Amino acid sequence: MVIRELPSAATDLTEGPASDAPPRTVGRRRLRRAVVGTALFAGLPAALFALWWALSAGSTSFFFPPLSRIVDTFGTTWTPTRIGQDVLPSLVRLLAGFALAGVVGIALGVLIGSVPRLAWALGPTLAFLRAVPPPLLVPAIMLVLGIGDGMRITVVAVGCVWPVLLNTVDGVRSIDPLARDTVAGLHLSAVQRLRHLVLPAAGPRIAAGLEQALSLALVMVVISEMFAARDGLGRSILVFSQTFAIPAMWSGILLLGVLGILLAFGFRAVQRWALAWWFGATGAVR
Amino acid sequence: MTASPTVRTDPAVDPGPAVPAGAGGPARWRWAVGGTLVVLALAELLPRTGVLPSAHLPPLSAVVEALVEQLGRPSFWTATGQTMLGWLVGGAAAVLAGTVAGFLLGVVPAVRRATASTLDFLRPVPAVALVPVAILLFGTQLESKVLLVVWAAIWPVLMQVVAGLAEVDPVARETAAALHLSPAQRLRHLIAPSVLPAWWTGLRLSVSVALVMTVAAELIIGNAGLGKAVALAQDGGVVPQMYALIAVTGVLGVIADVLVRAAERRLMPWHVSHRAGIGRGASW
Repeated sequence: MVIRELPSAATDLTEGPASDAPPRTVGRRRLRRAVVGTALFAGLPAALFALWWALSAGSTSFFFPPLSRIVDTFGTTWTPTRIGQDVLPSLVRLLAGFALAGVVGIALGVLIGSVPRLAWALGPTLAFLRAVPPPLLVPAIMLVLGIGDGMRITVVAVGCVWPVLLNTVDGVRSIDPLARDTVAGLHLSAVQRLRHLVLPAAGPRIAAGLEQALSLALVMVVISEMFAARDGLGRSILVFSQTFAIPAMWSGILLLGVLGILLAFGFRAVQRWALAWWFGATGAVR
Repeated sequence: MTASPTVRTDPAVDPGPAVPAGAGGPARWRWAVGGTLVVLALAELLPRTGVLPSAHLPPLSAVVEALVEQLGRPSFWTATGQTMLGWLVGGAAAVLAGTVAGFLLGVVPAVRRATASTLDFLRPVPAVALVPVAILLFGTQLESKVLLVVWAAIWPVLMQVVAGLAEVDPVARETAAALHLSPAQRLRHLIAPSVLPAWWTGLRLSVSVALVMTVAAELIIGNAGLGKAVALAQDGGVVPQMYALIAVTGVLGVIADVLVRAAERRLMPWHVSHRAGIGRGASW
């Protein structure tokens, strides 16, 4: 996909109030823009939800119960105990695997991106490994590590390391040659170069890689729990469907969807904060 | 990516960003061959010498042996065919639906703005959330696999088409309006040059996502195919066979990527230089 608009110094400058308009109209215009923006943002999702609610209200279908019943079941199914037992472990595995993939992916990516010979030597191997569908590695990793949190975290890490690694390589390689030469002239240490040149310059690409990795992490953790697990969100949803607890199953699907949305939106908030800091700190280099 | 569109790189060993294309010349090929040989030697020697547990990570020669044996079995070819069927049907449906939906949602700016948040809400819902529904509705038939594949693989194409439509140059748009181009002419000269490259990037991502979801469905739901064969091999403790089957899916993925890239180079040679990186936007 096309890189999502990244916050940059340039957009910050243009976001300011138009200097030629009197302050009061600016305030009113801003208010109107906020109202229209909210309507555009929430309007269709709310309408679709209402439509689902209305259309399913009289449903007698066993597989597609009324939304009102799903929402009722949501409260009784996802009690604090159950969240502690099934949702939190999934989230912890997800974040642990994601963090592992982030550290390994960025470290390897910086290394491969900075040493062309290493990239040439590992190119074919990486191309093949990347093409192997990560879900298929679940049985293999299970064999080596057994059924436990270590296996689950490894599965998540292996599944989502690729976007981080490839985007980091790409970001490091596309560093402005002029900036690179300038920094070379400063005789900085390797750590300083990393801190002041490489990571800030590759930052937006790394962030794009991490964003994809996070959505893959949720998929991988659920797959690992559905394939073999004693607890976790994926396992619960599968058990609900196998025991024909249909409203509970739908509530689990809703929860999974909400988690995906929260992770995506949460990441974007963190990214906006982190990249603003990055750009600010490197204003002198860029 | 490549510095100029005239630089050609062999797609078979070009994993996109992981290899600096257009640099290095013959040295690059020596390093690629040498590096790969070292990796293959390690895959043989580490399990053999006991550094890695050979019961769970068999040496390369054992995997190759199992692969050769698999190639002689009709059941292997049946499973491969079933996986490819799910991949093709699901992938084609996703690309078609994604293209149509992308145009419907993206061609009018007001519609694009009104639907943006809905797409943002729907896209992060993971395909695996639909596994129980797929099982209830279709059991282990082809349809359950296709349902998951379509949900996962529709997004890259859809989002790329919407993004491509949003990037149509406003000046070109006004020029087209001033010239009173017919809708067909506008599609050919205004929309296509902007949307086609983005669409192709989406297609490439959708193809790889579709393969991943196909085997994931086979693994979890138990639809016939390579994913199920891997699960069965693991269950039966035939470890080299399991790795051989995993490798075969990897090869399928490489072949598909090579074909799509080759077609892209042939059809849109002008665009390769500023196309997005390979791993971008892959979410299932």
